[in-house]
Amino acid sequence: MISQPHTRAAPPAWDAPLASSARRGPSGAELQRIEDKVLAGERIDVDEGLCLHDHADLLTLGRMADHVRSRKHPEPIVTYIVDRNINPTNVCVTDCGFCAFYRRPGDAEAYVLSRTEIYKKVQETVDLGGQQLLMQGGHHPFIKTDWWCDLLSDLRERFDINAHALSAPELDHLAKLDKRPVEEVIRDLVEAGLGSVPGAGAEILTERVRRIIAPKKTTTEEWLDVHRKIHEAGLRSSATMMFGHVETSAERIEHLARLRELQDETGGFTAFACWNMQPDGVPEEEQYPARTTPAVYLRVQALSRIFLDNFDNIQTSYVTQGMKLAQVTLRYGCNDFGGTMLEENVVSAAGCFNLTSIETIERLIENAGFTPRRRNSWYGIVDERHAGATCPRNREEAATHPAALRSGPRGQGALIR
Amino acid sequence: MTTHDSRLLARARGAGLEGIAEKVLGGERLDFEDGVALYRNPDLHTIGALANHVRERMHGDLAYFNVNQHVNYTNICNKLCRFCAFQRLPGQDGAYVMSPEEVADKIRACLAEPVTEVHMVAGIYPRLPYSYYLDIMRAVKAVRPEIHIKAFTMIELQQIARVAKKPLSEVLPELVEAGLGSCPGGGAEIFADRVHAEGYHLKNTGDEWIELARTVHAAGLRSNCTMLHGHIETIEERVDHLTRLRALQDETGGLQVYIPLSFHPEHTEWAHLPGPTALDELREIAVGRLLLDNVPHVKAYWIMLTIPIAQLALSYGADDVDGTVVEEKIYHEAGADTPQGVARDELVQWIRDAGRIPVERDTLYNVVWSADESLAPVGEAVPVSG
Repeated sequence: MISQPHTRAAPPAWDAPLASSARRGPSGAELQRIEDKVLAGERIDVDEGLCLHDHADLLTLGRMADHVRSRKHPEPIVTYIVDRNINPTNVCVTDCGFCAFYRRPGDAEAYVLSRTEIYKKVQETVDLGGQQLLMQGGHHPFIKTDWWCDLLSDLRERFDINAHALSAPELDHLAKLDKRPVEEVIRDLVEAGLGSVPGAGAEILTERVRRIIAPKKTTTEEWLDVHRKIHEAGLRSSATMMFGHVETSAERIEHLARLRELQDETGGFTAFACWNMQPDGVPEEEQYPARTTPAVYLRVQALSRIFLDNFDNIQTSYVTQGMKLAQVTLRYGCNDFGGTMLEENVVSAAGCFNLTSIETIERLIENAGFTPRRRNSWYGIVDERHAGATCPRNREEAATHPAALRSGPRGQGALIR
Repeated sequence: MTTHDSRLLARARGAGLEGIAEKVLGGERLDFEDGVALYRNPDLHTIGALANHVRERMHGDLAYFNVNQHVNYTNICNKLCRFCAFQRLPGQDGAYVMSPEEVADKIRACLAEPVTEVHMVAGIYPRLPYSYYLDIMRAVKAVRPEIHIKAFTMIELQQIARVAKKPLSEVLPELVEAGLGSCPGGGAEIFADRVHAEGYHLKNTGDEWIELARTVHAAGLRSNCTMLHGHIETIEERVDHLTRLRALQDETGGLQVYIPLSFHPEHTEWAHLPGPTALDELREIAVGRLLLDNVPHVKAYWIMLTIPIAQLALSYGADDVDGTVVEEKIYHEAGADTPQGVARDELVQWIRDAGRIPVERDTLYNVVWSADESLAPVGEAVPVSG
C-alpha cells in the first residue's frame, strides 16, 4: 500500500454568513454587544472573535476595524516603506508544499547570490532612498550563522540601510545547524548588524495545521519562542498569518490569540500582516483547495485589526491582493501599505527601477482620505514632508524589552556597542 | 424602527448624514443636494450601509448573475470619443467588421456553454447598411434560436434609423422581428452638455439619449442605463445625470438596471487622467443605489471593476454582477487586466463568500437557476420589493 503522507484534509466547511441575516437574525444582538465592546476600546475574547468571524457581515467588520484603526492612529497617516526584497538563496530543505519559491539542494534552478550581486541590488536601493532590505530565503543546508554575520557586517560597513532579515524558522534553522541555542545565534547576528526581523513562516500557529502543511518547519512553540528571544535581545519583529488552506475558522482565531498573548508579554511586535495562500503553481497545488476569494481576505484582515488590540500597525498585502483591493483595506483596518518591493519593479533591460508603483501607492492612500508618509523598519516616519522628528530612528530607540535594556555585554544594554 | 435601523441612524447622525438617513429609512426620495452630499461626505462606511439597507430591502440577500457572451461586431467608429481605446478608423491597423457568418461563428463557438444572452455592441461605421444589422441578428438566431439578443446602444440605434431612412419607432419593430430582445445601457456617458462638448461631441447629446431610450421603451422594449464616471465630470454633473435617468424611469419604467462604468484611461486620449479608484467605484455603486430609487437593479460589472471590487460591491448597493463573459473587447483595449471569462462555479463561490445567495437570471430578470428556490423560484421573475 502506498502511503500518502501529504494528503490534505478536506478544506474546512465554512460558509460566509448571509449578510442581512447576520444583522437581523438571532446572532444580531450578540454581534451588537461585541461591537459595542470594540467601540468602547475593550478587548474581545476568543469566543467573541470567532463569533465575529463566523457571523458578522463584511460591512460591520470593516466599520469596526476602521474605528479601531482611527483610535490607534488618530492622525490620518498611512505609512509605507521604500524597500527591496533580496532572497540570498532559494535552496531549502523544508519542502513546504504551498511554496513555489524554493528549490531542493542540487536542483538546476537552485542559487545562492554572490556578494557582488547583493551589493549591486543594495546600492540601487540606497540610491532610491530605500530604508530597508528584506532579506530572507530558503533553509540552506550549509549556510550558517557565520555567513549571515559576515554579510550583515559587510553591508553595515558599506551602506546606511536597515537589514530586516531572517524569519523565525530561518533563525531556528541556523541554531540547529550551529548546534547551539537560538539566543546565541540572535546575539551574534545583532552584533553583526541585524536591525529587525520579518514575521514570515508563521503560516497558521497550531500544530494540527503545521503537521499537515509544513511538517519539517518550526513548530508553533518554536516560532513563538524565537520571536520571544528576538524581543528579549532588543529587536523588534513583525508577525504574519497565511490562511486559506487547511485551517478552520477557530484555528485562525487561535493564531491571532497566540500572537496577542506574546505581544502582551514582550511588546516586541511592530506590525501584523496576513494573506491568503496563493496556490497557483505550488508543488502540492492539486492537494490544496482553490484560492479563497477576496471577501474572505477582507474578513480575516478586518478581524485581525479588531482582535490584535495590542498591535500598533496592520499592513495590507498588495502583492497578493492587488493595488485596488489594497486601497480598500485602508478602510478595513490597515494603516500601512507595506514595502514598495523595488525588486518586483526592476526594468532589467533599462537597468533602472520603475517607480510608478510608489506614485500609485501615494495616490491610492490620498484618495482613501489619508496622508502618505514613508517610514523606517520600526515605523518611525522618515519623510521630508513630515514636520515632526523621526521616532524611533533605529533599533536601539525601538527596543521595548526590559531584558535588552537591562543587561548587555557592556552593561549598557545588549544593543549598545 | 428596529435596533439595527436606529443604530444606523445614529451613525449617520455622527457622519452628518442624518437627513439623508431619515429619508432612506423612511423610503423617501433623495434630492439633488442629497446626491451631492453623498459624493462629498468622507464616511463611505455609512454611505455603504445606507445603500446596503435599500439593497436588502429590495432584494434581501439575493445576488444575480447571468451567463452571456459578448460580440463586438465592429471596432470602426467615427465618433472619436476621447475616453475610448476601442475605436479604429476605416483602414487603420486592427480595424475589423465581422460578417454575419463571423458573428454566427462566435455564437456557434459557445453552443456547448449554457449561454442565455448575447450582448452585442460596437462602433458607428456609416458604411454598414440597414440590412447588416438585421442580418447579424438573424445569423445569431439561426445558430441559437432561444438566445436573447441584447444589442445596440442608443447611438447605434440612432445610426441604424439613419441608414434605414426611417424613424426609430418604425425601425424597432423590424429589429425585434429580426431577433432583438432588449437594449444595453452603454453609451450614456455623462449627459451634461459641457462634458459632451469636450469629450464626445460627435456622439448624441444627453437629451437625444433620453429621447432615444424613451422611444425604445415606447416600443415595448426594456433597456439598461449607465454612467461613465471618473474622467472630467464634476460631482454635480454626475448627480444631474442620475436624476435625469430617474426622471426618465418615472415616465417609462423601462430601465431594468443601472450600471456605473469606470473610466479606464489606458490607450485613450485621456490617458493622463488617473481614473477612479476602488473606493470611488464602491461609492459610485452606493450613490447610484440611493438616488435611483425607481430602478430595480444596480450592477457591479465585474469585468470592469475586477472580481474583488465587484464582490465587495454586493455590500455597497449592488445586487447584480453581470455574467460569465466570453470575449469582452472594449474594456480590455483600455487596459482592463481582468480575465475575459470566469468559471460559473467560481462566480457562485465569490457571491457566496460575499454573504449573498447566487441566482442566475436571464436578460429580463427571470430566474434561470437559484441557490435558494424558496426565495427565488426558477422560471419566475426575480422578486423585487420596496
